[in-house]
Amino acid sequence: MSHWNTDGDERILHARGLTKIYRSGEVDVFALRGVDIDLYRSEMAVLLGPSGSGKSTLFNILGGLDQATSGQAWFRDLELTACSEHQLTRFRRDHVGFVFQFYNLIPSLTAWENVALVTEIAPSPMPPDEALAMVGLQERMGHFPAQLSGGEQQRVAIARAIAKRPEIMLCDEPTGALDSKTGVLVLEALSRINRELGTTMAIITHNAVVRQIADRVFSFRDGTIVEAVRNEHRLEPSAVSW
Amino acid sequence: MSVLDRKLLRDLLRLWAQVLAIALVMACGVATIVTSVGAYRSLDETRSAFYDRYRFATIFAGATRAPLSLGESLARIDGISAIELRIAKSVILDIEGMAEPAAGIVISIPDRGEPSVNRLYLRSGRWPDPARSEVAVLESFAAAHAMVPGSRFSAILNGRKRDLTVAAIVLSPEYIYALGPGDMVPDPRRFGVLYMPRSAIEGIFDMDGAFNDLAARTQRSARLADVTERVDALLKPFGGTGATDRVDQMSHAFLDNELIQLRSMATVIPPIFLFVSAFLVNMILTRLVALEREQVGLMKAVGYRSLEIVWHYAKLTLVIAAIGIAIGSIAGQLLGDGLTSLYADFFSFPFLMFRQSADLYAIAGAISAAAALAGSARAIWSVARLPPAVAMRPPAPTRYRSRTGDGRATVQVSQLTMMAMRHLLRWPVRAVLTTLGISFAVALLITALFSFDSVAYMVDTVFFRTERQDATLSFVSSRGPDALQAAARLPGVLRAEGFRATQVVLRNGHHRRRLMITTIPTNADLARVLDTDLIPVTPPPAGLVVSEHVASLLHLSVGDRMDVTLLEHGGRRAQARVTAIVQSYVGLAVYMHPEALDRMIGDGPRISGVRVALDASRLPDLYSAIKSTPAIGGIALQAVSRTKFRETIEENIGIMTSVYAALAGIITFGVVYNSARIQLSERARELASLRVLGFSRGEVSGVLLTELAVVVASAQPLGWALGTAFSWSVVQGFDSDLFRIPFVIERSTFAVASLVVLAIALLSALIVRRRIDGLDLVRVLKTRD
Repeated sequence: MSHWNTDGDERILHARGLTKIYRSGEVDVFALRGVDIDLYRSEMAVLLGPSGSGKSTLFNILGGLDQATSGQAWFRDLELTACSEHQLTRFRRDHVGFVFQFYNLIPSLTAWENVALVTEIAPSPMPPDEALAMVGLQERMGHFPAQLSGGEQQRVAIARAIAKRPEIMLCDEPTGALDSKTGVLVLEALSRINRELGTTMAIITHNAVVRQIADRVFSFRDGTIVEAVRNEHRLEPSAVSW
Repeated sequence: MSVLDRKLLRDLLRLWAQVLAIALVMACGVATIVTSVGAYRSLDETRSAFYDRYRFATIFAGATRAPLSLGESLARIDGISAIELRIAKSVILDIEGMAEPAAGIVISIPDRGEPSVNRLYLRSGRWPDPARSEVAVLESFAAAHAMVPGSRFSAILNGRKRDLTVAAIVLSPEYIYALGPGDMVPDPRRFGVLYMPRSAIEGIFDMDGAFNDLAARTQRSARLADVTERVDALLKPFGGTGATDRVDQMSHAFLDNELIQLRSMATVIPPIFLFVSAFLVNMILTRLVALEREQVGLMKAVGYRSLEIVWHYAKLTLVIAAIGIAIGSIAGQLLGDGLTSLYADFFSFPFLMFRQSADLYAIAGAISAAAALAGSARAIWSVARLPPAVAMRPPAPTRYRSRTGDGRATVQVSQLTMMAMRHLLRWPVRAVLTTLGISFAVALLITALFSFDSVAYMVDTVFFRTERQDATLSFVSSRGPDALQAAARLPGVLRAEGFRATQVVLRNGHHRRRLMITTIPTNADLARVLDTDLIPVTPPPAGLVVSEHVASLLHLSVGDRMDVTLLEHGGRRAQARVTAIVQSYVGLAVYMHPEALDRMIGDGPRISGVRVALDASRLPDLYSAIKSTPAIGGIALQAVSRTKFRETIEENIGIMTSVYAALAGIITFGVVYNSARIQLSERARELASLRVLGFSRGEVSGVLLTELAVVVASAQPLGWALGTAFSWSVVQGFDSDLFRIPFVIERSTFAVASLVVLAIALLSALIVRRRIDGLDLVRVLKTRD
């Protein structure tokens, strides 16, 4: 199978015919209906759609957090949909950086320690100090989550995600719990990492403004991708607001 | 059903495992209250009723031979309400099919009518006929030999073998606990009490118109000390050996001992369980309320009053308590029945019922419910206090503190370990209480197991280091030194050591004690005296060697002088000095050198009996020789006592140990399982985040289990200390004039207690581990704390 598209971009993640059905009593709910998607090295992709449109389900399957009902998903040559629990853990540990809407920091660990939590188990991590510096938190690394603002907590989460030098970062509503100004700061951090480290980034959002900072935008509705658009002019996060 | 009640029901179903764990701990408290208080009451009330209805004496006295005419003067003593002048003699019983001779006491009863004191309960048969060699036999002995009215057996009465017919099977308040000579636990096979009409016994023992034993009942208002003094004065010319009250009566003293132990069990054990269950209820409710915070806010916002919400959560506590009380009552009832039937083996009551008392269940229930409510009060109160708007917002994130400054790890521990440690330190009170709960389990196990060590030590000391003879032969009356040679010539006797024993009252200032002085010859090998370091000592040619217990009772130390009243020798007084203090676990031991005692009594060298080592292969010959030797009034078989003692104690301890071990297991499981479950529900999101970040199941479980491991590990030394303290208090509780338990805890006991608790902790941890493995990663990430 080829990992390169016609433009010579290396394909990192791709899925074919992904379907996810949740059984709720007598009714089958289709969360995903045969989704095809390709994500390439160093691209910034935004997955846009209203809640319940299936973007988070796709994110969960691509991130090795959930199983598809049918269809296939690959990380390079690794077929995620055929992986064991153990292999998926390995995949998340070595290759994926996650950023969540509610940060998911460990309250009993300081900012520095939250990052070190990941660097201790990653194969070739960057020092926690460096990861925190990249998100502008070098001054706050001794603080516990409870002592940090929402934006700061999310930047710690980003630092934690990049510290393992992942090939792909999956960000689920990273600005969802933040105000516009703080949200922009977070997006700036993500954008910078994408540029400087060449990390493939997939951002899930229902905030249409965020589309402007992406290379490509996938629009979701009712479990399918209804539109995939390439941005000719990707904006800097500082140029957007909502 | 109101909506809130429906919610309550669902909460209970959702939390069923934790609810059950708490209810079980609580049930243990209720069960121990119901069992021990119930058994205490049953025993106490049965005894009182038996004593009352069968007119158990309050004063006992012995004499060599006193005329019945003395009865009138005795009955006139102020305070005495009834008096019985009896003939009581030691006998040897010859039972068919039983090689070794059994020891017995034969006591006179009136030819007609019932005794006015120490009446007999007639279980079956009819009163013996004075003309027909008939006897009434104590039920325990009759049962051990399958005797029924009409059965026949032989006894050596005053040196002559006689055939006796069982006319009646009886019970007596005087022999509820029937202990044979030289025995430490009752052996109904080898000890029997016979009752014979006075006119029959008079002739056999040449006691016409005389008595040697007195039992009297006193009026409630009587001053016992005055009465005994006057009885002594009257009996003195007739070889009176000093009157005593019930305290020194063997059966009564043993029962008292048992009652004291039951009472201490009822006051020590249940509070531990109530404490632990209150703590568990507190823990689970605090967590529940924290999780329900938003719902509580909503309930308040829509108009529920604080009181209604408080009542809702209080009901949860009360339902848990009700489950615990129900389980505990049933278990308590079963255990109480079991304990009662155990008593039936030991104590001969005409009736013994495990008494049902509603108040007991009410008290146990109320205490348990109150303990649970007290435990949950803080959690419930925190619900009531929250303003609705605050309650509906998620709680502020927990604040942790760093001890390293800039937050970078200075010590090389993994971040996972750091998480576990910080979490522990964040809730130190909870960590301490959890530790304390588990340490109680360790302590309970040690308290149960240490008795094996103590008894093993005691058996070793008593039977293998001090009383090493195989048997002790007692003479009908003291004899000259040639009796020792005669005894040594008996078939099968390998070695014989004579001894003299005499009843005395020792007085030091106002402390006094009635006891027996026994002699130990120089170079004694069979019966030895050990000092407090268990090294054999020979009593010096003058002075008294007293046991630690006697020394503490009479406030004596080496060199002190005391007053000795020789009860069997007309109450003559002498002075003696304490020359050594020695170890002894049974009775009130005081020893002298034979020459010293002979000198004190002043009737030349005499012996009261012989201790012998035996050739086991010639026992039948020896037994038949003893049965035909009139001078031998009794035989105590230490070898048989030893076995019987071990069996009885091991059976009792075995039962106790299993009960305690089960209780300890329940505590451990209750505490560890609940702690782990609560941590899991508090930290599910955190742990799931770790899984998402790529940590394996093992690593994630490690965070939770490390915390548990630290708590369980630190509970061990604390448990050892508490266990030592509990065991010490048990030893104190057993401390009586009858026997004392040495305070010995082997290292292996600590190890076994810890291993059991660790195993149960591990089991609970594994159950929780399965839940960690099943964490729903996706759902957890979607919700906010």
